[in-house]
Amino acid sequence: MREKLQKIREEALLALTGAKGAEELEELRVKYLGKKGELTAILKQMGGLSAEERPKMGALANEVRSAIENSLAEAKEAAQRLALEAKLEAEALDVTIPGEKPELGHKHPMYIALDEMKDIFIGMGFEVLEGPEIEESVYNFDRLNTDEGHPARDWGDTFYFTEDSTLLLRTQTSGMQVHAMETHELPIRIVAPGRVFRKDEVDATHSPMFHQIEGLVIDKGVTMADLKGTLNTVIEGLYGKGTKTRFRPHHFPFTEPSCEVDVQCHECGGVGCRVCKGEGWIELLGAGMVHPKVLKMSGIDPEVYSGWAFGFGLERLAMRRFNISDMRLIFENDVRFLKQF
Amino acid sequence: MILSREWLGEFTDVGHITDKEFAEAMTLSGSKVETFSSMRDEIKNVVVGKVEAIERHPDSDHLWVCQVNVGDETVQIVTGAQNVHAGDLVPVAKHKSLLPGGKKIEKGKLRGVESLGMLCSLGELGLDTHDFPDAIENGIWIITEEDAKVGMDIRELIGAFDTQVEFEITPNRPDCLSVIGLAREAAATFGSELKLHTPVVKGSGGNAADFVSVTIENPELCPRYTARVVKNVKIGPSPRWMRRRLRASGVRPISNIVDITNYVMLEYGQPMHAFDFSCVEGGKIVVRTAREGESITTLDDKPHALTTSMLCICDENKPVCVAGVMGGANSEIIGDTGVVLFEAANFSGPSVRRTSNALGTRTDSSGRFEKGLDVMNTMAAVNRACELVELLGCGEVVDGVVDVFPAPPAQTVVKLEPEKINGLLGTEVSESEMRRILEKLDFELHGDDILVPSFRGDVEHYSDIAEEVARFYGYNNIPITLQGGAASVGGYSPAQLSERALGAVCRANGYSEIITYSFVSPSSLDKICVPAESPLRDFYRILNPLGEDTSVMRTSALPSMLDILSRNRANRNDVVRLYEIAKIYLKPVDDSNGRYAREPKILSLGAYGGGMDFYKLKGAVESILEAMRIEGAEYAAVRDNPSYHPGRCASVSVSGKTLGVFGQVHPTVQKNYGSDLELYAAELSLDALIENQGAEPTYKALPRFPAVTRDIAVVADRDITVGEIEKTIRVSGGELLRDVRLFDVYEGPGILPGKRSTAYSMTLRSDEGTLTDDHADEVMTNVLTALREKLGAERR
Repeated sequence: MREKLQKIREEALLALTGAKGAEELEELRVKYLGKKGELTAILKQMGGLSAEERPKMGALANEVRSAIENSLAEAKEAAQRLALEAKLEAEALDVTIPGEKPELGHKHPMYIALDEMKDIFIGMGFEVLEGPEIEESVYNFDRLNTDEGHPARDWGDTFYFTEDSTLLLRTQTSGMQVHAMETHELPIRIVAPGRVFRKDEVDATHSPMFHQIEGLVIDKGVTMADLKGTLNTVIEGLYGKGTKTRFRPHHFPFTEPSCEVDVQCHECGGVGCRVCKGEGWIELLGAGMVHPKVLKMSGIDPEVYSGWAFGFGLERLAMRRFNISDMRLIFENDVRFLKQF
Repeated sequence: MILSREWLGEFTDVGHITDKEFAEAMTLSGSKVETFSSMRDEIKNVVVGKVEAIERHPDSDHLWVCQVNVGDETVQIVTGAQNVHAGDLVPVAKHKSLLPGGKKIEKGKLRGVESLGMLCSLGELGLDTHDFPDAIENGIWIITEEDAKVGMDIRELIGAFDTQVEFEITPNRPDCLSVIGLAREAAATFGSELKLHTPVVKGSGGNAADFVSVTIENPELCPRYTARVVKNVKIGPSPRWMRRRLRASGVRPISNIVDITNYVMLEYGQPMHAFDFSCVEGGKIVVRTAREGESITTLDDKPHALTTSMLCICDENKPVCVAGVMGGANSEIIGDTGVVLFEAANFSGPSVRRTSNALGTRTDSSGRFEKGLDVMNTMAAVNRACELVELLGCGEVVDGVVDVFPAPPAQTVVKLEPEKINGLLGTEVSESEMRRILEKLDFELHGDDILVPSFRGDVEHYSDIAEEVARFYGYNNIPITLQGGAASVGGYSPAQLSERALGAVCRANGYSEIITYSFVSPSSLDKICVPAESPLRDFYRILNPLGEDTSVMRTSALPSMLDILSRNRANRNDVVRLYEIAKIYLKPVDDSNGRYAREPKILSLGAYGGGMDFYKLKGAVESILEAMRIEGAEYAAVRDNPSYHPGRCASVSVSGKTLGVFGQVHPTVQKNYGSDLELYAAELSLDALIENQGAEPTYKALPRFPAVTRDIAVVADRDITVGEIEKTIRVSGGELLRDVRLFDVYEGPGILPGKRSTAYSMTLRSDEGTLTDDHADEVMTNVLTALREKLGAERR
């Protein structure tokens, strides 16, 4: 009997090693462990053994059973693994076939430039103001020290709604300086982006409607050095750390001293090229210390408070940033253009 | 302003500075250089030569063979020109020479005869007969200049070593529209000496006042009029140096007297005018505004009707010049002019500007006057003109100056306050440095009083003085600091955040952002079929638009969107989804905000192609509402909006407040915009979206008990909307009904005509425990009863 048991074990284990697939394994299970299986048949003969032999053979029979069972389990697991592998192999896809992409919309490049600018200023503690585009000339001109008779007020340059030239389409966001001084507690720290309008015919670099962002800071002891520091930080935010700037004297009626700020040409690094028209620098924005007359006209004592202001043209900024050569593209809104950003 | 560096050198010596350094330093001290250029490098190896001998080419009947002495040798040159003779001085482009425009000259053979270069015409040297009036247009330039020597570099003769620098002068600095003004800036920039010259006129006796009387009728428009008289005038070309400086400054030489007026304008910044005095009737100059019906033909031969606001220089009877703009043809300097009246006057800037705009005539003179000129400059200018007359020997200057100057202005005085200046600039510039800078700019300092020179009308306040100090201390030497003081917290307002979120959800839905003009054509409302009496036609109308197409402020966002859709379609784009968040402009409802417009922002969507339909658009609207956490929105059919398809247009509202309208654009409107595809649009009020924005969410516990799903299909009359059925289900379902979802709409076989079947999946759940079938059945019974009783809908 011992020999029979050993033989069953050997045969079974050998058969299991060579078995392929779940069905064959089941057949083997039935053959050896089933109710009519070989092992069961042997065990049925246990009754014929002596009392002494029976427990020994019983132990051996159990040992054989569990060896077969273990081996069977292992074989089953291996078979399942193989089956899964085969299935996965069969399911393999061509991953280079394009995905099913939901069509995304795109932000307009001008707004990309504007939003980035707003974020930079907000990070520096500024508040974002909006204001009227149909504006009183008092806000757009008079209180910005731009009196009657100034060329900017000509009907050839500014759009008017009234014959007496007092209601107009704002030509600059600078009027928001006056609104801010009127409505805000001191100190003031605002930026005001928006649409502005000038009587320019449409061409590659002009549009009768474009966007500016105005900034204004008023506090005690604000200096031109602060203006430089803040604008340098903003420009580094826009063009990267270490971007070189240059401040040039300029003239605006509502700032004194006034300046224009250039950045070193990114294309040539300041040597002079086509992009910067050989100058090595690219004009970026106008700024200056708020004119004492402007402060006074808005009821702020220039002996106590000082301030600085700046204005950027946003289309030009976006055009430079994205290498857009013609301003008309900005307002044509062709989807083939929009989808590039 | 184009500056000749050679001319500048007469007033301050900065010749050792390279052009590039000059341009950079001037730019940084406030005189922005646009460009600079020189002929210096454009011409090489071209000299003055003398034709020693000339004979016909042996093989040609039009070529000539010349032996030309070029100084160090005599070379043979073949020319095709017919105006060359033995003994002539001519420009010779030698072997390996360079001419303007990059033209290279090398030796060669012309019909077998060797030629070692080329004889040049004026044109080949980049010149014309204005530069050298003795020369002929077509042919070799026969040099008649007295100082021309054989072998001389031609660049010396034609002044090609000069550099022309073009400045962009800001409007507050008209004094810098002159050689002297720029010399003052250059001297302060480079620390060189400024050498000013006081004109000296010898005179020839007589008295100008015996020739002419001057009356100013409008002193507010003409604060000063200064005149001198020159007799026995000999009109002819001006000398080469003068012509050359004028050319270098971009002014065309004409004749000596006219050239002198332009020369003085460029040198002093004071526009001048010269009258043929024989044409000034009555010997009277009257400065007055034009009378009704008067007219003048200006020097450019254009006739102009004058209006009564235009200031003119008149004689006894008629205008002879439009003040500060252009002279009249009736008193033009011509070949036989014998007596000349020089005018140096001061005119009001705005008056000159308005007149020149109205006449459509802009001149160097009007461009200067508009900026407001130095009233003290007229005397020096008129004297300088007379000095030049004597220098050129082209007339006899009558003694005496007629100078009408009713109200000389007071001296402007500003206090020097170094602490305030440093306080404004954030610098520590010493007082002595400030004084040095100001004195260099011809400000006079008396103690702490700064006497502002008359040509600096822009300086009136300590901040102006601060700018002068900063310019020459160097803007780039001002330190870089960051604001001290109380730190502030910046940020977007809630409305600005919502606007940003709305843009993001539009893009997530596949819509791309556009920017359209705020002004439109009034006929844009016709295109979208808005009736004639609509309040939308109450536009803010621009009185001076660029054109009809941009003449009114839009009262609807729809035409702008449709324009862009149609343009995209015209560009053959097949699938387009667009959005814009921008203002419309409406008249105020009351006067609480003065004349200011209401400028509400509209979120507009526009789409066509790619299987676009009403429900896709509605889906985009729904996701916009979801992003704003707006719940319980109601959609109602809008049949009477003339811009939309009457059966495919809806309004969306919440708690009775309309958020906007959307749908398929009316086929007529679609046709008006030339589109072959159905167009879809939505117009949502940004304000209404933001006002109805849901509160910030608070967490609600996730359901602990399982839900039960029940489906029902009901048949109702066709005109009962899904919206009505769904609302009835929701109300009757009570609090256990958590969700209702339409999954089928059916008409056809099996359903009676005029009826429609709709099927819903309903989700029921209790928070108290697992829902029993009995409970669920009860809810379903309630729902079915309500559907039957309220809508006549029966279970299918």
